[in-house]
Amino acid sequence: MTDIEAKRPVRDFATDWDHTDPQWVHDPYPIWEDLRERCPVAHTDRYGGGWFPTTHEMVSSIANDTEHFTSHQVVVIQTKNPEGAPPAPMGGAPPITSDPPFHQIARRLILPAFAPGPVNALEGQVRALCVKHLDALGEVNEFDAATNYAQFISPGVIGKMLGFPESDEDLFREFVHLVLDLVDLEPAVRIPMFVPMAEYFTAQIEDHVANPRDDFTSYLLNVEVNGEKLSPEHVRGTMVLTLVAGIDTTWSAIGSAIWHLATHAEDLARLVAEPTLMTLAVEEFLRFYAPVTMARLVKEDLDFYGVAMKKDDWILLGFPAANRDPEAFVDADKFIIDRAVNRHAAFGLGIHRCAGSNLARMELRVAIEEFIARYPKFELADPSAVTWAQGQVRGPRSIPLRVVA
Amino acid sequence: MKVVIDAALCQGQGRCFSIAPRIFDFDDLGNGVVIGDGTLSAETLELARLAEANCPEHAIFIEESS
Repeated sequence: MTDIEAKRPVRDFATDWDHTDPQWVHDPYPIWEDLRERCPVAHTDRYGGGWFPTTHEMVSSIANDTEHFTSHQVVVIQTKNPEGAPPAPMGGAPPITSDPPFHQIARRLILPAFAPGPVNALEGQVRALCVKHLDALGEVNEFDAATNYAQFISPGVIGKMLGFPESDEDLFREFVHLVLDLVDLEPAVRIPMFVPMAEYFTAQIEDHVANPRDDFTSYLLNVEVNGEKLSPEHVRGTMVLTLVAGIDTTWSAIGSAIWHLATHAEDLARLVAEPTLMTLAVEEFLRFYAPVTMARLVKEDLDFYGVAMKKDDWILLGFPAANRDPEAFVDADKFIIDRAVNRHAAFGLGIHRCAGSNLARMELRVAIEEFIARYPKFELADPSAVTWAQGQVRGPRSIPLRVVA
Repeated sequence: MKVVIDAALCQGQGRCFSIAPRIFDFDDLGNGVVIGDGTLSAETLELARLAEANCPEHAIFIEESS
């Protein structure tokens, strides 16, 4: 981690933004608010150069413009168009890294598995998983709600869906940490770290080829488009996407919701007293603490709201910043647990809407329902010990809690 | 009054059938679909308006039926 600690601190986020800067990681909202008023498109020379638009209108416009912005790389790293990565239009993790028209083919393949019908059928399994981890906490009065609860829920669900061994959940978290958190490492350091992950997926694919079963991995291996099976890169890419996108995104959302309830006793009390509020509360958790920021690359030089973007500039596509734009939301900077009109963009906008949104929403709801049923009153045991993930997925990585009698 | 979903705009955000399951359903891909012909009663109009106001893709429209 020395590379991270030794980094040059940011003096002005308008001209030198860095989403891994400690100030941004700790509390990005005041930074975004300031940029929205001053810029509103911030620039950086870091990561090979890129832009950070801060208004809902701009974020929506980019998300809906696949002609000028490519999804080929959706995580801002030090390398653009790395050698050996699967080329466009598929990209390394279809369909999230795919552009039209290939994108639609890759997306249609996976949507049925994540549609409300199959997802609703998983609710009992998710609830049982939550109860199991709450039971495992026993009678303790202080525990870490991130590392002892939130981080267990989504790996359990996604691992089972892919047909990976339950005992490998620690590995899944390591893979996700590498892909999404360690984004500022030099390529010479970062690239070799992917070897164990690649080997793990190879082993899982080989095992599923030898022993096909009723899971998402076997589905991807056998599904046909126009009479042909998917390429090995396509199968692997979609498996990687499912694991990476399905894990710390959701656990971040669960963690943020618990953190909010631990720091806002009035909202916790209301949610406990009025369980029917949960539907609205879930959407407000998603708006206010949207975990996922995406990225795009500029396809060709263009003028965007008066700034001159160059081919291959990064776009840090801040759906969480869009969700705090006062032009798009009344009292955007206030968490309103029963907000009835809430057109939030937590799952993205346009053709890349999070394919797992139904699953994520259900996991978030069930995880919070079970948590507050078990612990109707709790607070932070040590506010200064709360830590947040760096990178494009925001959520608490440590939430020391005290259960209140 | 009638409610319609513009299928070209709908991306399956899933808000409509969560807010108003009597008016909206979902298809195999998770995209929203209007149940029946979308005719709204005084009672369902308000819910349809709420769904319209919550659609992140602006894909829901309430039209005067002729």
